[in-house]
Amino acid sequence: MPTPAKKTILIVDDDVDYLYQLKFQVEKMGFETVTAESQHEAETLLNTIKPDLAILDLMMESEDSGFILSYKLKRKYPDVPIIIATAVSAETGMTFGINTEEERKWIKADLYLEKGIRPDQLHREIVKLLKL
Amino acid sequence: MEVVDVLVVDDEPGIRSGVSRILKNYTINYPFLEDDISFNVVEAATGEEAIEIIQRKPPAIVLLDNKLPGIQGIDVLQFISAHEPNILVMMITSYASLELAVKATNIGAHDFVPKPFTPQELRSSIENITKHYFLRQMTRKLHREGKQVRFEFLTMLSHELKAPLNAIEGYLRMMQEKQLGESLDDYQEIIDRSLSRIQSMRNLIMDLLDLTRVESGKRERDLQDIDLTLVARLVVETMMPMAIQRDVTLTLESDEPVVVKADADDMEILLNNLISNAIKYNVEGGWVKCKFSKTPTYATCSVSDSGVGISADDIPKLFHEFTRIKNPLSRNVSGSGLGLSIVKKIADQYGAEIKVESTLGKGSTFTLQFPVSAENPA
Repeated sequence: MPTPAKKTILIVDDDVDYLYQLKFQVEKMGFETVTAESQHEAETLLNTIKPDLAILDLMMESEDSGFILSYKLKRKYPDVPIIIATAVSAETGMTFGINTEEERKWIKADLYLEKGIRPDQLHREIVKLLKL
Repeated sequence: MEVVDVLVVDDEPGIRSGVSRILKNYTINYPFLEDDISFNVVEAATGEEAIEIIQRKPPAIVLLDNKLPGIQGIDVLQFISAHEPNILVMMITSYASLELAVKATNIGAHDFVPKPFTPQELRSSIENITKHYFLRQMTRKLHREGKQVRFEFLTMLSHELKAPLNAIEGYLRMMQEKQLGESLDDYQEIIDRSLSRIQSMRNLIMDLLDLTRVESGKRERDLQDIDLTLVARLVVETMMPMAIQRDVTLTLESDEPVVVKADADDMEILLNNLISNAIKYNVEGGWVKCKFSKTPTYATCSVSDSGVGISADDIPKLFHEFTRIKNPLSRNVSGSGLGLSIVKKIADQYGAEIKVESTLGKGSTFTLQFPVSAENPA
């Protein structure tokens, strides 16, 4: 059986350290990566590339950059799975998720993750979404 | 009652009157809106007619058939994307070909409804698209008002505090699992990054303490006649190492004492923030000048720099909490995003006016003007 081409994962985060670490982990899992440090940069990138999966930070230029980006990405490439990763959690009273019908209607992401997830967990989720 | 204009573009009169009938007495209520929403349907039989109506009074939503006698639906869509991008377009089509769907979506169609449709199908599509319309409007409105509520502050704060923790934790894990190699030298860069994140977190905490102190407002403020130039001298001394490290020339110009009635700690926080910003957002070989002057009515202090500057669009955002203006020139500068909001709060408490003059790529001048009243003589 021929080896399938390496899958490309788009990572968008305005925290350069988090971006570096995620890129490192994802590449170690055997994927190609492309990165962007802002919603704007990612939108420009998406004009020329189509990733196989995207991992987006929520708060970048504005507090809902991740949502806007995922909305636009899904409109352009409905088949690309999206993970939204963020450090905002329920303790601030901000409970986002894609667990209810209501939220799935407007949050166009396939998975919603808290930052700080272990690489092996992340790997499992990516594999699941890519149906590998 | 909020009325939303819907334009139906279809050459079949039956479809047009059908849509009108279905939406005539239809109202929607969203939990996030006080008013019920109803619809006012306008009809067009051709693309040309549709464009004319859109030019006259753009509707919120357009229901657009692709197959039209003259210009096609896709042409109307193209016109809308180019001239009225705020209009949400839903394509109605009996030939729901994938190719057309992709093309239309690329040009900006929001949704599709296949023809023929049941009243229920149309209502639910309309409900969706209207919701999108209002959510988008609300988001824009919030951004325009620059609404700053406590809730948002806490959310941002949590974000700002957790981000460095996550970064440092990530680096520590990489070390724990020896992911970069066996030698400690392999980890120098990520150790440096971790230390730098810890330092910026410390700065954030210090700024938060300042902010809390300022905000608690009625705390005992020790109002004394103080000479601002003396406070500035102290601050300049503290900042000098940072200035030297960044190759920025820091100078203080004052010919005479400039006395105001104020709390010395407040004035120190204020000058600290202005001067450290001027050094941080600067260029190698740049300069920072701190000047003082007085008139019978005002005591003025200005901090000028040869730094990265701020665009006119960004100036109004400067004093919001956790606003850090990001541009390629400032992306490597670390800051808590609280400094200028602290400056603003202190200035407000003294009735002082802040002026900002700036040219992108050239530098900025922040000027503070303290009123000197009869009861508050300089």
